[in-house]
Amino acid sequence: MCTYITEKIDVTGSGKGSEGWFPLTEATVYFDHPVHATAEHTLNVDLRNPGRGPGARVAVELTADAARALAEAILRTLDAVPADLLDPSQGSQSQAA
Amino acid sequence: MTEAHLTGAFTSGTTMIRGHDGAQIEAYTALVDDPAPRGGVVVIHHMPGYDDATKEIVRRFGHLGFNAVMPNLYWHDAPGAAPDDAAATGRAKGGVPDDRLIGDVSGAADFLRALPNSNGKLGVIGYCSGGRQSVLAACSLPFDAAVDCYGAFVTGDPSGIEGMPKNLVTPLYDKLPDLRCPLLGLFGADDRYPSPDQVAELEQLLAKYGKSFESHSYEGAGHAFFMVERASFRPEAAKDGWARIKAFFSQHLSA
Repeated sequence: MCTYITEKIDVTGSGKGSEGWFPLTEATVYFDHPVHATAEHTLNVDLRNPGRGPGARVAVELTADAARALAEAILRTLDAVPADLLDPSQGSQSQAA
Repeated sequence: MTEAHLTGAFTSGTTMIRGHDGAQIEAYTALVDDPAPRGGVVVIHHMPGYDDATKEIVRRFGHLGFNAVMPNLYWHDAPGAAPDDAAATGRAKGGVPDDRLIGDVSGAADFLRALPNSNGKLGVIGYCSGGRQSVLAACSLPFDAAVDCYGAFVTGDPSGIEGMPKNLVTPLYDKLPDLRCPLLGLFGADDRYPSPDQVAELEQLLAKYGKSFESHSYEGAGHAFFMVERASFRPEAAKDGWARIKAFFSQHLSA
């Protein structure tokens, strides 16, 4: 089925698409039919910058197991980072230094 | 019999047609070269978009002797973008609104009807989300035959599914009494959306409303059994399904 469920969040960062690197502004996440993967349903993530056009997109289509493993790896990685490195103000202080 | 008919020639390619609210939208066509009058088929793509697999389906209708057209339902969201990028943009906006779908399918039907070799008979077919949209179109527009390939939420209430946003997609209970043409439904017995119970409910409702509904559910097949490049492909169901589609449209789209 098409689940019709789409999560959309604002993001800050950069992605590399078909025309090189660009700043990211949003991510959409959905579990649905893929464009390219052969599984019937995949966890799909589009990292996008709509202000730069529909082609400003980094896309992945992952099996459910792979998506869950990736999500857990991201959380494990973030959990292992010293808290002061995660301080949002840290980045701007470094830039100012 | 013309030479073109003997060769089975058709021309496929991309064109622009009039869509919802008069907007020009992209469409993929397969147009039979033979001038002898024939029926036409509007093909509604699945949610991943206006893709190679569905263009192959359009060409197959040309091979079967029908004129066929598939509107790019995401053109409004991202005109000129790559089809997968346009689908992602449409997806981020919440999908294809029902009124826009009807406008685009109506424009595609007008395109077919205006072809010099049209016999005036038109069918509509859709896959997955397009299956529901095919039924929606057949309840809203003057088609002569419609095919629903495993469309979810023709019946069945999506609001009961955990995580499903309210009102994003609505079942067609209130539209079914308005179904204007015979409907062929092709389903996988292992599919959950639509489930066998939801298909049975559709059969009961259409019988109650006195509508013509030919329904087939294939054992050993789930959702998307027509999709040749996916693990869900079931060759026996797909072969039988194509034979039924050909027979159904040949019966109802002949002059």
